[in-house]
Amino acid sequence: MNRYQQIKLAKQIGKWALIAVIMVYAIFPFYYAVITSLKPSSELFQVDFWLSSVDFGNYAQIFSQDSFIQAIGNSILVAISVVFIALLLGVTASYALGRVRFRGRTTVMLVVLGVSMFPQVAVLSGLFEVIRTLNLYNSPGGLILSYTIFTLPFTVWVLTTFMRQLPMELEEAAIMDGATPWVTITKVFLPLMWPAMATTGLLAFIAAWNEFLFALTFTLTDSQRTVPVAIALISGGSQHELPWGPIMAASVTVTVPLVILVMIFQRRIVSGLTAGAVKG
Amino acid sequence: MANVNLSKINKVFGSTHIIKDLDLEVGDGEFVVFVGPSGCGKSTLLRLIAGLESITDGDMHFADDLVNDLPPRERGVGMVFQSYALYPHMTVYENMAFGLKLAKTDKQSIEQRVMETARILQLEELLQRKPKELSGGQRQRVAMGRAMAREPRILLFDEPLSNLDASLRVQMRNEIARLHHRLGSTMIYVTHDQVEAMTLADKIVVLRDGRIEQVGSPQTLYQQPATKFVAGFIGSPTMNFMPAELLGGDGNGCRVSTPGLGELALPQDASGKSPGAELSLGVRPEHLRLAEAEGENAFEIVNVEYLGNEVYVYLEPKAGDTLLIHRSEAPSRWHLGQRVALVPDIEQVHLFDATDKALAVNGAKAAA
Amino acid sequence: MSTPATESASQVGARSTKGGYRGTKVRRQRVRAAWMFLIPMLVTLALVAGWPLARTFYFSFTDASLSDTAGAAWIGIENYLVFDDGNWYGILTDPVWWQSVWNTLFFSVVSVSLEVVFGIIVALLLNAEFKGRMLVRAAVLIPWAIPTIVSAKMWAWMLNDQFGIINHLLMALGLIDAPLAWTADASLSMWAVIMVDVWKTIPFVALLVLAALQMLPKDCYEAAEVDGIHPVKVFFRVTLPLITPALLVAVIFRLLDALRVFDVIYVLTSNSTNTMTMSIYARQQLVEFQDVGYGSAASTLLFLIIALVTVLYLYLGRRQLGVDE
Ligand SMILES: Nc1ncnc2c1ncn2[C@@H]1O[C@H](COP(=O)(O)OP(=O)(O)OP(=O)(O)O)[C@@H](O)[C@H]1O
Ligand SMILES: [Mg+2]
Repeated sequence: MNRYQQIKLAKQIGKWALIAVIMVYAIFPFYYAVITSLKPSSELFQVDFWLSSVDFGNYAQIFSQDSFIQAIGNSILVAISVVFIALLLGVTASYALGRVRFRGRTTVMLVVLGVSMFPQVAVLSGLFEVIRTLNLYNSPGGLILSYTIFTLPFTVWVLTTFMRQLPMELEEAAIMDGATPWVTITKVFLPLMWPAMATTGLLAFIAAWNEFLFALTFTLTDSQRTVPVAIALISGGSQHELPWGPIMAASVTVTVPLVILVMIFQRRIVSGLTAGAVKG
Repeated sequence: MANVNLSKINKVFGSTHIIKDLDLEVGDGEFVVFVGPSGCGKSTLLRLIAGLESITDGDMHFADDLVNDLPPRERGVGMVFQSYALYPHMTVYENMAFGLKLAKTDKQSIEQRVMETARILQLEELLQRKPKELSGGQRQRVAMGRAMAREPRILLFDEPLSNLDASLRVQMRNEIARLHHRLGSTMIYVTHDQVEAMTLADKIVVLRDGRIEQVGSPQTLYQQPATKFVAGFIGSPTMNFMPAELLGGDGNGCRVSTPGLGELALPQDASGKSPGAELSLGVRPEHLRLAEAEGENAFEIVNVEYLGNEVYVYLEPKAGDTLLIHRSEAPSRWHLGQRVALVPDIEQVHLFDATDKALAVNGAKAAA
Repeated sequence: MSTPATESASQVGARSTKGGYRGTKVRRQRVRAAWMFLIPMLVTLALVAGWPLARTFYFSFTDASLSDTAGAAWIGIENYLVFDDGNWYGILTDPVWWQSVWNTLFFSVVSVSLEVVFGIIVALLLNAEFKGRMLVRAAVLIPWAIPTIVSAKMWAWMLNDQFGIINHLLMALGLIDAPLAWTADASLSMWAVIMVDVWKTIPFVALLVLAALQMLPKDCYEAAEVDGIHPVKVFFRVTLPLITPALLVAVIFRLLDALRVFDVIYVLTSNSTNTMTMSIYARQQLVEFQDVGYGSAASTLLFLIIALVTVLYLYLGRRQLGVDE
């Protein structure tokens, strides 16, 4: 083996070592959570890197609690409603922003961008008042309303990027056929936008599913909580005796569907994320 | 069907003036082609007629209706786009029926009209396919079908064939010509390709910089170009231009001197021009004759192109000058490196003055 | 050449205004439709963002309490600063507030810097050709897909002082003698929080950088390789300048996110002052102490800081964000 080959080999080894480190770093915490959740409580406090036996006790325990099942139901209800509303309002708005030139368009774009960068805490007290006035405190409705503050700007922003990419001549053809803007959106653009809508909807769903601050503040009783709050509030006898087994079981339960979704729609998610951030 | 009348049309985008005081009359059932260099405003003018852009100033009439403010659907125009712009998620049938549906036509007449259009364009077998399952030529026909289905008064085409390959282009060109004969509707067509313009048009409009340079039948434009620009734009290979000096002349003819050709007596009316005026002499490649060189008026043959049915001979007046082209039927007895004399067909020579306007040929001949 | 064109353009413009508003009906209809489409969105945003924000500003000048926001009385800037009985009071004199401002800034700068460095490394790796690249890319996405609360809990378990695997590993390797109290120890808890945030956010930065890397022209790399330039030099001279726009975007998105950080820290270290950020401080005042006026004042300050960063960035980076074409 000459010097050149040695260097090449060393580079190969270095590359694969780096890949291995990154893989372990990315996956291990989740893997460890899965292992912990599948251990019987007697073995919880000994450190293991793999399972010697599988025990579903922790899962049985969390699913025997009504409040956890309710929390999953609430999370699903809230996330799906939010996605639906954001897409509904977002599609028409993004048509206006992406395809019509008018005065004030840049201003509206800046407003949308500005709202998406809002610190949630800054609206907390005002929103609290709005929600209480509308009698939505401690109910999914309040969360649905408040979540539009981050899902709607994001949806509009990403869909506008996609709208801009649709060919001009297609819209002109529709105009020649006598289509109004509304007909153009519903009959011509929407059928072509499904992939983009799916991506955006998925990203909005994840954001809503993971939200914590509003859910913590605007709900009061166990039956109205969403999953992140429910998990955060699982507690044992004292600060130092957290029931780690059930916590990990709950964590894995709400994460697995997301991880599977992300794996399936990997490509779309990447394109949606980059469309939201880097325009072009 | 309708005639189109444009008077003093202007279009301004921001601070750029694209169409300038343009007047044009398109007769009922006429096939008019817009040609001109890229960016001269052909598409803009077509889109103004379509109603996709609004005119800044001027009046536009279809038949007797003022259409300035009408949206496209109320103008009764159909348009075929360069990229076809078919609705990708609809079948051929749905593509053609879309406009009719939006116009609230009843189901039966929709079907009847779509079927009729499909029959004319030979699309009957393709009606249930999606655009992506069609070939380029078929898509082109669907695009035309969609524009025709609503039976518009005027059909507009913006470079409809430029996405097709050469042989398909010839075939579609033929189909469009036959369609026009059959339907007899008014058609306005934008193209870069002067063969398309010459073969399809009843009337060609040469645009330059947002103004009309000349309007006329293909024959008029070819034989009597009004300006040097039109002369150079129409015809392939392009017309040969050489500097010429006016020696003298009157209303019945003139004499000019051209380096390399010597003195020529031409039929152009030179009244109003003083001897010594700088002119430009134009001759089409097929109106030049080559002869054995004698004396100093000789050109060197720098290239000979054999095209099968004809031969192009390239000549270099002086080192570095633009090449002159001679065109004749094959076979040709001329070969590379030979020195030859040029003899223009005096009846077919064009003269342009310093402002690039053509000098008229005196009365009787111009009419003929 | 351009002057006559401009002149005649303005002439025509003048003529058409004199002759009335012509030929723009189609356009006007389109613009009207555009506004109709925007109104539902704008109304919603006004309801959930504009109005609440205005109310927060207002509350910050009142003595509102959570149980009675309607009966709030105007007290001027007393929530921010007031001189009373020979002493200064108000947020601006509260050492805990200043501690949380400092914590927030420290957290933001450190974690975003680390994320950018590691994000670039991961992106460079994913940009290279190797077998199973898609698999690695999918794996790298996992931390991003996990809800923040869940990742905080997962790490809290791994960082557990008595039974955590991290202490176990470090002790097995002989790096430490006694278990560390990662989330409780004042000198460690901020780093624990940063570690979790970096873990969760590297994928986002890496994906943005990767997208930028994949748009780079191949030929300048080939040229550099032919010229025998060292890869490290190529990275700093060619790659880095070319991906800077994408990096700037990633950085601002991350920075704004980090400045309002709440959930990771709340779950890992609760209301501990060692890691308290502005968001946690404000929420604690608002919800736990029920002092809406005081909490709103803190929220307002947080908003102003973030708005300042945003405006500064939008001003500097308009083109990169593509707001105007
Ligand atoms: N919407 C617009 N805004 C501003 N300028 C425009 C717009 N549309 C066209 N132009 C300008 O008007 C001029 C004429 O454009 P047009 O598309 O009519 O040219 P064209 O003759 O069709 O050229 P081509 O042969 O390349 O298609 C160009 O300089 C173009 O840049
Ligand atoms: Mg054009």
